[in-house]
Amino acid sequence: MKSTPFTQKHIALGAKMAEFAGYNMPISYSGINDEHAAVRKNAGVFDVSHMGEFILKGENALDLIQRVTTNDASKLTAGKAQYSSLPNEKGGLVDDLLVYCIEENKVYMLVVNASNIEKDWNWISQHNNKNVEMHNVSDKTGLLAIQGPNACKILQPLTDLDILNLKYYTFVKGKFAGVDNVLISATGYTGAGGVEIYFEDKDGNAEKIWNAIFEIGAASGIKPIGLGARDTLRLEMGFSLYGNDIDDTTSPLEAGLGWITKLNKPSDFVAKDIFAKQKEEGAKRKLVGFEMIERGIPRHHYQIKDAQGNVIGYVTSGTQAPSLNKAIGLGYVTVENSALDSEIFIDIRNNPVKAKVVKFPFA
Amino acid sequence: MNFPQDVKYTKDHEWIKLVDGNIALIGITDFAQGELGDIVYVDITTVGQSLNAEEVFGTVEAVKTVSDLFLPATGKVLEVNAILEKQPELVNTDPYGDGWMVKIELTDPADLDGLMSAEDYEKLVA
Repeated sequence: MKSTPFTQKHIALGAKMAEFAGYNMPISYSGINDEHAAVRKNAGVFDVSHMGEFILKGENALDLIQRVTTNDASKLTAGKAQYSSLPNEKGGLVDDLLVYCIEENKVYMLVVNASNIEKDWNWISQHNNKNVEMHNVSDKTGLLAIQGPNACKILQPLTDLDILNLKYYTFVKGKFAGVDNVLISATGYTGAGGVEIYFEDKDGNAEKIWNAIFEIGAASGIKPIGLGARDTLRLEMGFSLYGNDIDDTTSPLEAGLGWITKLNKPSDFVAKDIFAKQKEEGAKRKLVGFEMIERGIPRHHYQIKDAQGNVIGYVTSGTQAPSLNKAIGLGYVTVENSALDSEIFIDIRNNPVKAKVVKFPFA
Repeated sequence: MNFPQDVKYTKDHEWIKLVDGNIALIGITDFAQGELGDIVYVDITTVGQSLNAEEVFGTVEAVKTVSDLFLPATGKVLEVNAILEKQPELVNTDPYGDGWMVKIELTDPADLDGLMSAEDYEKLVA
């Protein structure tokens, strides 16, 4: 099992640890509900150093990114980031990712899911026929997400960079907590506001940054947060999780990711024809949000049925939502059953339990 | 972690405690609640049923996961702890007390002799 720069910290702090994507990661500290509330109401720190980072450099870097991703990266100027996806040739998804424009037309950073680092690297390399310089810096890069309505306020004294006024999906680079070359971006996976902080994992940087954040945040009650609350927070926002809600077989159009599938961008890309056809014909199934009406908690892979007991889809994610105090989920259903307020039934231990399709974000 | 002496333990991390004659209370252990994390729902639909030892008598839903509940000894499920309907978190905060899950009528109280003592169970989860 691999470690992040913070694995020993998590263990020392008494976190419940488990393997995730090959890394020894904290699942929870004080409990998922407590951690979830801390992020929604105040501020919490996630170690997400397991995520993968690739640097793409050179005059053809943008061209390569345009050909392998669905969003339009030509819209990015230096200091901007975008959410995007990597389609495969069948119109499924190799991964979802963030694209950072470090230097327009020259240097980009792709941030990918930990479980897909090797797959994504191979996939992008396979399409790199114009000698774009590619570096997999995943193992040398530390990443903390500091999320919550008070996160930026707490961190601001640690840097001269203006993070209080950083716009969503933009970033700055500079000195943070005495560490040089830190990238701070107004992104995250919680919907609670805050930043993500990328830094080079060398010379004790990780230790310096972690300690500085917890020292300055102590008075405000900043807390370390595990992956368990990360999952409930993202699910309340309806953010897709690769491997659950999206995978090699799901189309971004089915998954509600039409907004990052830019069929009119000034470049051809993998599976564009398939997506164009899907858009014209309409997707046959859709990822919907639902909440339970009767008691029960939906889980990944549970079947979804209609009132007559016909299977109409399956649950991709589900939980008791800590902020909402109700059980919610995401799942694929046939398009006929996908309208808001449609009554659906989640098959929980062979019992059909009533739910209804609702808008998401849920929170 | 807490390992009371007045209950017996199973390898599935349930406890059982004789309260009166052949009437016993059943719950999950402190270790089990800690592993599951925040418990949000205890789903038991077997009241009135006679079940064998190690049969599933219900499920416990935590935020992150779901786990089956196994009966420690053969008997009839008499009652569910009604407080858990509104306060499932009692399983986390008081697993051997107010967080009990079902009351059963044992077919043979001597079945408890085959279960683990506090010392044996502590070794199992150490």
